[in-house]
Amino acid sequence: MRIIPKKIEGVKFGLLSPDNIRKISEVRVITADTYDEDGYPIEGGLMDPRLGVVDPGLKCKTCGGRVGECPGHFGRIELARSVIHVGYVKQINKIIRACCRKCGRILLPDVEIEEYRTQIKKAKRVGKSELPIIEELLKSAKTPKECPHCGEEQADIKFEKPTSFVEDRNRLSPTDVRERLERIKNEDAEVLGFDLEVARPEWMVLTVLPVPPVTVRPSITLESGERSEDDLTHKLVDILRINQRLLENIEAGAPQLIIEDLWELLQYHITTYFNNEVAGVPPARHRSGRPLKTLTQRLKGKEGRFRSNLSGKRVNFSARTVVSPDPNMSINEVGVPMLIAKELTVPVRVTHNNIEYLKQIVKNGPDKYPGANYVERPDGNRVSLGKVKKIEEVLERIEVGWKVHRHLIDGDVVMFNRQPSLHRMSIMAHEVKVMPYKTFRLNLCVCPPYNADFDGDEMNLHAIQGEEARAEARVLMRVQEQILSPRFGGPIIGGIHDHISGAYLLTKKDTKFTEDEAFQILFISGIDEPLPEPILENGRRYYTGKQLFSLILPKDLNLVYQAKICKKHKVCKKEACESDAYVVIRNGQLLSGVMDEKSFGAFAGELLDRIVKDYGTDEARKFLDRATKLVIEVISRKGFSVGIDDEDIPKEASERIEEIMDRAEAKVQELITAYNEGILERLPGRTIEETLEMRIMQTLSEARDKTGTIANEYLEQESYIKGKDNNSRIMAVSGARGSLLNLTQMSACVGQQAVRGERIMRGYSERTLPHFKRGDRGSKAKGFVKACYKKGLDPLEYFFHAMGGREGLVDTAVRTSQSGYMQRRLINALQDLKVEYDGTVRDTRGVIVEFKHGEDGADPARTDWGRIVNTRKIIKSIVHESIKDESIQDRDGGR
Amino acid sequence: MARIDITKHELVPKHEVLSEEEANKILEKLNITKGQLPKILITDPVVKKLKTDVGAVIKISRTSRTAGTSTFYRVVVAE
Ligand SMILES: [Mg+2]
Ligand SMILES: [Zn+2]
Ligand SMILES: [Zn+2]
Ligand SMILES: [Zn+2]
Repeated sequence: MRIIPKKIEGVKFGLLSPDNIRKISEVRVITADTYDEDGYPIEGGLMDPRLGVVDPGLKCKTCGGRVGECPGHFGRIELARSVIHVGYVKQINKIIRACCRKCGRILLPDVEIEEYRTQIKKAKRVGKSELPIIEELLKSAKTPKECPHCGEEQADIKFEKPTSFVEDRNRLSPTDVRERLERIKNEDAEVLGFDLEVARPEWMVLTVLPVPPVTVRPSITLESGERSEDDLTHKLVDILRINQRLLENIEAGAPQLIIEDLWELLQYHITTYFNNEVAGVPPARHRSGRPLKTLTQRLKGKEGRFRSNLSGKRVNFSARTVVSPDPNMSINEVGVPMLIAKELTVPVRVTHNNIEYLKQIVKNGPDKYPGANYVERPDGNRVSLGKVKKIEEVLERIEVGWKVHRHLIDGDVVMFNRQPSLHRMSIMAHEVKVMPYKTFRLNLCVCPPYNADFDGDEMNLHAIQGEEARAEARVLMRVQEQILSPRFGGPIIGGIHDHISGAYLLTKKDTKFTEDEAFQILFISGIDEPLPEPILENGRRYYTGKQLFSLILPKDLNLVYQAKICKKHKVCKKEACESDAYVVIRNGQLLSGVMDEKSFGAFAGELLDRIVKDYGTDEARKFLDRATKLVIEVISRKGFSVGIDDEDIPKEASERIEEIMDRAEAKVQELITAYNEGILERLPGRTIEETLEMRIMQTLSEARDKTGTIANEYLEQESYIKGKDNNSRIMAVSGARGSLLNLTQMSACVGQQAVRGERIMRGYSERTLPHFKRGDRGSKAKGFVKACYKKGLDPLEYFFHAMGGREGLVDTAVRTSQSGYMQRRLINALQDLKVEYDGTVRDTRGVIVEFKHGEDGADPARTDWGRIVNTRKIIKSIVHESIKDESIQDRDGGR
Repeated sequence: MARIDITKHELVPKHEVLSEEEANKILEKLNITKGQLPKILITDPVVKKLKTDVGAVIKISRTSRTAGTSTFYRVVVAE
């Protein structure tokens, strides 16, 4: 077959005319029976062999083609009576109202019609839609009571869903409707928006129904040998059956009532054949009670042809399984189960250099790893090694130019993906590491970009099949190339949870290891760098945590920043900071400050950010791999667990908290009294009720904050007295997990519960629960939880807490669906835009959208948190603090 | 009522009509036809004030959060 290249100029949609339907049809289908007793298709039935072939081995009676060659051919059903096409009822309704019941002209004077005609012409000329103009014409032509052309009085037409029209209590039959549409002159039809080349109004009422080819509705043979027909065939059988009965009854001169009933039934079947989800029509069902999937259902929605088969497809060479963590792998790697490695293949072309190796692989066959599942001859024919009897024969024939589809081996580049794929880091290229067991393994640092955790998440893996694709994936999609997010220009891949706690434990002030410990830690984390001079204490050699961490820093790195644990005091004590929050790195030595979320945490890591931007992605990957291993080894050795006693506060603290709560409640009562007496001062722009609410909320939230501060003070104090921080607090302040708010809710006070941003107001009349007096505005009655989680909530508090919690759940559920839809629309609108080499953003027609991408032409992933240059940082790294920090901060506004 | 000059408003960027040669130079530099430029309606308040014709290319100089200033071109189209 010769392929003739053609350019598609455009696509035009129109209506099929009865003549057209007859012209494209090869068969007039007349009988509802499909097969005879011997199982052969009946001529003139829905499975007529002239409609195409679905059985392998048979030839098409129309074109002579076999399965795959014959595209299938249309047939037709001549309807005994006209039937309205449900897809067009809306248009029919609008048009018959706008046209005279007698002469068929538009119910407007000629002048006005001509006025609309010129308007439409003008709109078309400047490339604008004519639809609003037509819409206006239809609206104004609805009102006249009398035809301006023939003077006929117009009756009101009512549209009764789904397909009937009633005029002055007389039901218009589809034939009546069709006659009216036929009367519309061509000139008028044009103004009504019809393109006369492809459409006429009356074609919206069917007289002939096209029967789609059998290739569109293939029957399947079940295991029992029974045939099962497609839903469309079932529906067509129904149509044929009723059509036949209607025809017989008409010919026999049956009473009008019977004919009308059958006619309506025919209308029902044809309606549901087009769309089985029309409002007001009971869906046609299968014998089992399942609604039939008819034409509209095949196209519409998520599972429809467009979204499920055209915008997205199922692919080969892919695998899916549960993911689990492996902290010993590189961020670039992915652990692939042996079972999957044997199933997925990569084609390798046979050359002089690899022929011996590939022969060994082929010899191993599909079951022995590393083997191959197929060999491909130069003509593209494949030989399955699983089916072949003697592999030796294949082995002899293999020569240069063949392809071997070999199993995945360590180092192969694959694409790894987790849904929902919301940004480009949702699909990244990894290197294969074949492993035992049945899960995909991934390094914990890549959890943030995938948004993966290990509570049962599954991920997909795609084996790359071509050299170009492999090169592209490796250069552009490799994990280490994605460390910087184009969303905010900082690292999105980085340490999480224990990485952060571990880094904190390793680098805080007093951490030191004996020489032996240090050697073990460094060996396990694969750090092979020259060691610094140890410190001597009591004649023993120690290494500090900061010394160990410095080993993995680039030797010429200079960096100064405030750690996450920094308390943001008005005057920073710099290196003298008692919480060791001032990080100074000089010539690759961590001199002061502690490593926490701001060092190499995902989303926040300043140190990691500096390394990627100044030393490149290779160095950054090496740093991350080694830093996380080091830190995990340290935290494993020290041990790290949390307990409820982490939130213990002394009695003295509880008493202070109690007192604050009492005072706040008294203040609330005071406000309420003032409100009742009418002496509460109204806030500007607020009603008196709003003022009261705001003041109460403010009072209570201040009180909660104060209790939090107190609890935190004691938790901190305790850590100083004992010289040992508690682990919950370490996690909160270092940014590993949880927040101080979480801690204070556990140890001091949970605080106000809210629904819709207000204190809880709903429930019974004038009160939230029957336990309160009507009109009670006190803190307790409106959902303030005085207790802390550790003490426990009383039943009323528990109930309010559940209300607030439920709102949170509902909100997230609603938000995800809404943002998913918005994402789809955005992608559909923007998918073809491209940044050209000259920096402009253009669509596929070359129309310019932006003259410089982002106005500055910068790639956000290569900016410094959105800025092209950060002068303050550059100066700081060079001169440390010889320039006053504050003055520089003022100049560029800080970040 | 006093008429307000909208071009004096701080949020309205500078619009200037380009001469035929200037416009052609831009089109040549970008290797595009006029139809591939972004559009601006002739009824746009600023365009009305510039008193120009359909087909004229307008240069808009805006302040930009990322780049300081940025230039944009639009071709005037009829409604
Ligand atoms: Mg999960
Ligand atoms: Zn055929
Ligand atoms: Zn008339
Ligand atoms: Zn500080």
